[in-house]
Amino acid sequence: MFHWLERNPFFFAVGVFLVIAYAGVVTILPDFMETARPVVGTKPYTVLELAGRQVYIKDSCNACHSQLVRPFKSETDRYGMYSLSGEYAYDRPFLWGSKRTGPDLMRVGNYRTSDWHEYHMSDPISVVPGSIMPAYKHMFKNSADIDTAYAEALTVKKVFNTPYDQPDMPKLGTHEEAKKAVMAEAALIVADMKSQEVKEAFKRGEIKEIVALIAYLNSLK
Amino acid sequence: MQARDALNYDYSVAKCFTYSAILFGIVGMLIGVVIAYQMAFPELNYLAGEYGTYSRLRPLHTSGVIFGFLLSGIFAAWYYIGQRVLKVSMAESPFLMIIGKLHFWLYMILMVIAVVTLFMGISTSKEYAELEWPLDILVVVVWVLWGLSIFGLVGIRREKTLYISMWYFIATFLGVAMLYLFNNMEVPTYFVAGTGKWYHSVSMYAGSNDAMVQWWYGHNAVAFIFTVPIIAMIYYFLPKESGQPVFSYKLSLLSFWGLMFVYLWAGGHHLIYSTVPDWVQTMGSIFSIILILPSWGSAINILLTMKGQWGQLKENPLVKLMIFASTFYMFSTLEGPILSIKSVNALAHFTDWIPGHVHDGTLGWVGFMTMAALFHMAPRMYKREIYSKKLIEAQFWIQTTGIVLYFSSMWIAGITQGMMWRATDQFGNLAYSFIDTVTVLIPYYAIRATGGLLYLIGFFMFSYNMYKTMTASKAIESEPQNASPMSA
Repeated sequence: MFHWLERNPFFFAVGVFLVIAYAGVVTILPDFMETARPVVGTKPYTVLELAGRQVYIKDSCNACHSQLVRPFKSETDRYGMYSLSGEYAYDRPFLWGSKRTGPDLMRVGNYRTSDWHEYHMSDPISVVPGSIMPAYKHMFKNSADIDTAYAEALTVKKVFNTPYDQPDMPKLGTHEEAKKAVMAEAALIVADMKSQEVKEAFKRGEIKEIVALIAYLNSLK
Repeated sequence: MQARDALNYDYSVAKCFTYSAILFGIVGMLIGVVIAYQMAFPELNYLAGEYGTYSRLRPLHTSGVIFGFLLSGIFAAWYYIGQRVLKVSMAESPFLMIIGKLHFWLYMILMVIAVVTLFMGISTSKEYAELEWPLDILVVVVWVLWGLSIFGLVGIRREKTLYISMWYFIATFLGVAMLYLFNNMEVPTYFVAGTGKWYHSVSMYAGSNDAMVQWWYGHNAVAFIFTVPIIAMIYYFLPKESGQPVFSYKLSLLSFWGLMFVYLWAGGHHLIYSTVPDWVQTMGSIFSIILILPSWGSAINILLTMKGQWGQLKENPLVKLMIFASTFYMFSTLEGPILSIKSVNALAHFTDWIPGHVHDGTLGWVGFMTMAALFHMAPRMYKREIYSKKLIEAQFWIQTTGIVLYFSSMWIAGITQGMMWRATDQFGNLAYSFIDTVTVLIPYYAIRATGGLLYLIGFFMFSYNMYKTMTASKAIESEPQNASPMSA
């Protein structure tokens, strides 16, 4: 049979494809719906948090920080309750990471504050002596992209039925309403921050990347 | 059928991909050395402002080396081997020549845009699949062109039976196509919402599902880019270079179909102790161990090809590079299953052992085999001797030293880190804060970076040797039967 396959490239290719595709079907499909079901209390990200999540991705924070607490005592002592599948139901994409050069961030919102994040991003060793993390000063200069974040929220609402605008869930509303909500949410974070640059920019109606990123990190609980 | 001597193989596309392999090899490995030193000396993060931080450069390093250097090497080898094992010249088909050249130029355009966008931080965050949707489409176009080239050449072949290397090339094409398509399913947000950046997209899969699809892709990108095509190359180049036939046809059959069937199941080992279903994790673990069989099957088949001819290792540095590569393949495919054992994974996951494991495979197996392949092709493509045998010897030792420094420092770093994370004092409290586990590793990071630097220096020697071979080496009249001619 193999001799015959080696003389018939078409059937050879079909054979190879069937053999390799089989494992994917078996491993991925059976639990596909089950693992995507949100646990009680899990909510979609607000627009500002999504904008922050995009900053997190843009600067590849996931290259060094994981977002997955494994079920070991050493990890639950350090980071908090171990992760459940349903907690990630609104994470598109997932941001588990594959390497911990820095600590896990799955529940960082429980034990770090806005101004801690602010210092950490402008000068990591000011809050963590010995840190090898680069400073991300440009986050204090670049503006967050609220429009793209709104587009993402609206897309997941329309395409994947993410429950925005439902009872007890974050409100999305129209583009204008969303922008107002973002400003109100950002105002609370800016008030907690020390950077004059960021505060003045906010008075002009600009939201810096750092504000959105802090909103996102605070939401990780 | 024409006499075999009358066939003039056309290497124009193979030469193009040889240049891009050298170019992206230098770029990708240089960035790798920079980010390795950044971990030991964080001040180096500020070489280029926002664009020079570790986090921006890391995807550039992985993509640059995997899809720039290695894929170029694979394509170069394909455009060389394909014609020879199918006994047909690309010059016979103007259509396939156009496809080949289009393949190269679109690939170059793609790679340049990919570098620019990754520098800008335009990323989907999925490892080894960071490109946004417009570039994903371009990737698919480039891949389809390669497929046309493969099946086009197969279609007009004179040699009716497909040689082992062809099996592996076809598998590479199909495997990557399937994996890439499914992992990169995403919805462009602009077309739904009508606002925001036009190139932004959101993944089709959420949370644990996204993770499963990503590591099904991520692990098997390793299979179908780092393993399968490199086996295609060694099955062609080692017998050619040494003049010895492949040891066993049956073993090559067994290891090929075994690898095809088993590899895809092993992706779950990236998700051990995560939130994906337990049976997926266990299956990933078990199949990773079974994977030793087909992997070692290929490697043993390759090593035994040299049976009774081990003296060639002393005389011919290319045979040495290939046998060394194969040995590292065995080493790496033993280490992988060990890391997939749940209790070992609990310690090693998220630590530096993992980059260590990746690099003993890529530097030892992939890097050495690709360089050996390009060295073998050069005298036949450019009709010149390899410029310097001594330089290859020196390169071999410098790079081998680099690899040993790399993996040994990363083993120590990874195990140290894993042990410190879980260490508790007599009252059961955590013994170390996280930052303690970072600062203790800095000497190992410095050693690793130096190992990487040695490998890069070796790669510069390789590039110089190739450049001199193309331009200034002694011309040869007729194609050598086996062992590549080289001056002292």
